[in-house]
Amino acid sequence: MKSIWSAWSKNQLDRLFSSILLTFCLVIILIVGTIVYELVSRSALAILHFGFHFLTGQVWDPVHQVFGALPFIYGTVVSSVIGVILASIVGIATAILLTQYGSWRWLDLISILVELLAAIPSVVYGLWGIFILAPWLRQSVEPILNRGLGFLPLFQGQGYGVGMLAAGIILAVMILPTITAVVRDVMQAVPNELKDGALALGATKQEMVSLAILPQAKRGILGAIMLALGRALGETMAVTMVIGNRPQIAASLFAPGYSMASVIANEFTEATSKLYESSLYEIGLVLFLLTVVFYSLARLLVWRIRLQMRVNA
Amino acid sequence: MGKTVVAEHLSAFFGEHQILHDVSLEMQANQVTAIIGPSGCGKSTFIRCMNRLHETVARATMTGRVLLDDENVYEANSVWVRRTIGMVFQKPNPFPAMSIFDNVAAGLRLNGIRKKSVLAEQVERSLHMSALWDEVKDRLSAPSASLSGGQQQRLCIARALAIEPAVLLMDEPASALDPISTLRIEELIEEIKCQYTIVIVTHNLQQAARVADTTAFFLSGEIIEYGRTTDMFTTPSDKRTEDYVTGRFG
Repeated sequence: MKSIWSAWSKNQLDRLFSSILLTFCLVIILIVGTIVYELVSRSALAILHFGFHFLTGQVWDPVHQVFGALPFIYGTVVSSVIGVILASIVGIATAILLTQYGSWRWLDLISILVELLAAIPSVVYGLWGIFILAPWLRQSVEPILNRGLGFLPLFQGQGYGVGMLAAGIILAVMILPTITAVVRDVMQAVPNELKDGALALGATKQEMVSLAILPQAKRGILGAIMLALGRALGETMAVTMVIGNRPQIAASLFAPGYSMASVIANEFTEATSKLYESSLYEIGLVLFLLTVVFYSLARLLVWRIRLQMRVNA
Repeated sequence: MGKTVVAEHLSAFFGEHQILHDVSLEMQANQVTAIIGPSGCGKSTFIRCMNRLHETVARATMTGRVLLDDENVYEANSVWVRRTIGMVFQKPNPFPAMSIFDNVAAGLRLNGIRKKSVLAEQVERSLHMSALWDEVKDRLSAPSASLSGGQQQRLCIARALAIEPAVLLMDEPASALDPISTLRIEELIEEIKCQYTIVIVTHNLQQAARVADTTAFFLSGEIIEYGRTTDMFTTPSDKRTEDYVTGRFG
């Protein structure tokens, strides 16, 4: 007896297969769609109640039902920017070393270590932040910064260890692998002819990097930074553990702050009123939009590099 | 003025793989020396050893000596060596983010020349030498990528000439170009050879016959034969050279 399958033509099987694949793809679209829909519909109450003031309000008072998200937006943006600046410096330097100083035999080890950083769970970073980073900041770094650069508002006031600076440093360590790996790839994509061209003019290695590598890699580096920023904005656990969780806007980096992701994680279980819950949803929506913007920018930049590489190849 | 380049017992490696086997060759000052041979015979590696570019590649090593007049290139500062021995590559490689002017001025700026008048004068002189001046004089600030392939290659020649090297290495400088651009570059070689020592790697035998005073034939990392170009093409002494120049292989 013939099996049922043999009655099917190959074409029909193929069509069946592709519709199965399509179904799985639809799951992804459905998930993203549902998330966006739920974020918007559930934050509708807060949007209608506070309007634009939600984004500019500095008071977060669940008892009196007043919710302003600015301290959280500020905390997220500032801690992320600190993280990105620190990680960019270390990451770009590492990438230059990894790609241009190929003869050094410890490079493979460095490469592996950097990628290992990405494998450490967020909560472990948080623990490290609380028990090692924060005391070190409180006892050594913050007093030194205060003495040396205390004339800047950024480094004034009492250092508690936990605060904006600690959050920024933790984020820097966490996004370092992203920046290093992407910048390394972008620099590797610079054609060898350009390196040779610079060297043949009598450029030193450092001159070669600034003459041939950096101008070519500029856009990719920017893409890497955006990608890392996107990651930093949404990072929750480690930041929650070291940022201090106080909804305030202070000029000093030593002062505690609060981030969007942290407030959602911390207060969701306590959100007893409808407005409170809706406000948390709106923070989620703002965070989502912010992240989408940076991810898209990064994608666009990296995508154009890929296109360039294909044209060159 | 050009300087004589002498390679003595040169062997070059990529990792374990030996590319050049004990090659010795003298490249006379103010003459054109052509290096011919089939693909993969080590021609490019050979001239990359002259200006110490070979050693910048990971796992690339070499033994032997290169003398520039009487100075041992491998005991000198590599940056100085590359400023004295200029190079033009197979694929035109202007810095794409830079203007035409800045490309030519790049080497001068590396040498610490900052004065605008000196830069402008030297850039114009170099572009004249590479026969590109008339085509670009009105758009020196245009990006180098706006030039055609042949123009880009002449731009690269101008860039190499701007720092006034004694030797100019050319690694198949015309292989990516159309016949007219090729002709211009050959004319250019003819014009500047009184001031430079020129070493040109080429796949094009007619080109070697046209421009070179001396020709060396490489095969599998060894020099098979070396002598006056006319002799090499009319009465080669080695059977393999004869086979190659008459088109029987390669």
